[in-house]
Amino acid sequence: MSEALAVHGLRKSFGQLEVLRGVDLAVAEHEVVCLIGASGSGKSTLLRCVNLLEPIDEGRIVVEGEEITARGVNVNKVRRRIGIVFQAFNLFPHMSVLGNVTLAPTLALHTPRAQAEAEATALLDRFGLGDKRNDYPDRLSGGQQQRVAIVRALAMRPDLMLLDEVTSALDPELVAEVLEVIRELAAGGMTMLIATHEMTFARDIADRVCFLDEGVILEQGPPAQILSEPKEPRTQQFLQRIIEAGRL
Amino acid sequence: MSGGEGRRAVTVALLSTIVFFTLLGFAITHAPGWPEVKRTFFDRHQLAQSMPEIAHAFLLNVKMFCIAEVFILVFALLLAVVRSLPGPVFFPLRALGIAYADFFRGVPTILVIALLGFGAPALQLKHVPLSTTFWGIVALVLVYTAYVSEVYRAGIESVHPSQDSAARSLGLTHWQSLRKVVLPQAVRRVIPPLLNDFIGLQKDTALVGFLGSVEAFKQSQIDAAATFNYTPFVAAAVLFVALTIPLARFTDWLVLRDRRRRQAAGI
Repeated sequence: MSEALAVHGLRKSFGQLEVLRGVDLAVAEHEVVCLIGASGSGKSTLLRCVNLLEPIDEGRIVVEGEEITARGVNVNKVRRRIGIVFQAFNLFPHMSVLGNVTLAPTLALHTPRAQAEAEATALLDRFGLGDKRNDYPDRLSGGQQQRVAIVRALAMRPDLMLLDEVTSALDPELVAEVLEVIRELAAGGMTMLIATHEMTFARDIADRVCFLDEGVILEQGPPAQILSEPKEPRTQQFLQRIIEAGRL
Repeated sequence: MSGGEGRRAVTVALLSTIVFFTLLGFAITHAPGWPEVKRTFFDRHQLAQSMPEIAHAFLLNVKMFCIAEVFILVFALLLAVVRSLPGPVFFPLRALGIAYADFFRGVPTILVIALLGFGAPALQLKHVPLSTTFWGIVALVLVYTAYVSEVYRAGIESVHPSQDSAARSLGLTHWQSLRKVVLPQAVRRVIPPLLNDFIGLQKDTALVGFLGSVEAFKQSQIDAAATFNYTPFVAAAVLFVALTIPLARFTDWLVLRDRRRRQAAGI
């Protein structure tokens, strides 16, 4: 298996606060890796660093053999290969669904408009959003908005998808439809790095689960092992709290 | 509110308005100096005589307003964008932008008009117009660009950074994100305050009369001086108000529509 993503010794601080304290992580092609951990453990920061939305302090990030944290790398080109979906959807409110999905392909990839719209329509149809293509985001439910955000990222044909707690802002009854989309992506062989609080989902979908604690990956392994028989006391504590909250 | 209460509210508002203005009218028309004021400010004959001239001169105000507005909209946007540029490389540009905005918001408009209108033609540069109206418009553009750029800047800052993040994460450049994602949202939000500044601009075109351009205020001054009657000033005021009211009501309507829309989308 070749590596889609490799993170070496990644450190990142915000002022005095060191959020990532030497993260090492490798994701193979077609692999689905779930990041779990308490709020503030650095999951979101890690994903934002991989997409170069946050400048890193130390370490290296390599995507498909190319070091993207090296000097002189064109960040815009790197980001086109890495899709990210945010907790708060971040759709563009002044554009229709179709406008949201076709914006980046037409501007960044110079895809002709007609072709971009045809591809976007095909993607929207595939995820059950075909009839929403001309609607504006504020007309859609949270679940629909998040599915559009996923389609928007997919329209760039990324090699790697980063999902940052994509169901955390959703009403409980809307979570399933978004998770279904992610399952379909996994089944299609998409390489994904997923920060999530949905332990059941992580158990289902992940090839590997990483427990992030105070800025380092404390423990990782197959979901069955990490979620059922964690070795580290900190992981056990974290999962105990999740179980008490009725989330596992 | 029920229909009965609504009707009652309207009746009360109507009655109190009538009573208020009747009393005010009575107080004014029974003041000791009223006959004299009536003759010098509200002379019907004088009004009919000077109105056509002043209305004609008022076209110059409208013209100055329209020309200045176009340039202000463009320059102010450029200035706001310059001030929003990130990174230390653009520090000199940002500093220049701040200095510009500080200076032209600090100096009274009438002074800028006087300095440019009397100073620039005196340089006797080739290919530079000598027209006072031209320099008056330039002064208005300089001053209002500073104000309007602040309005644009508030709009840009009101767009949540996550919008830019989302655009950049898709591989868009800083400029593409600004042009397609941030600015369209920013401009939409500041249309009401922009229109508010333009109401101010409409009125300030009268200051150019100070340079000698015969616009409505200057024309009314000429007429008043010739007849020792101030009715022409009232005529000019009426014209300015007639132009401002529609714009003010339009601004109110836009604000209201925007608020309703956000409430409808918000909950």
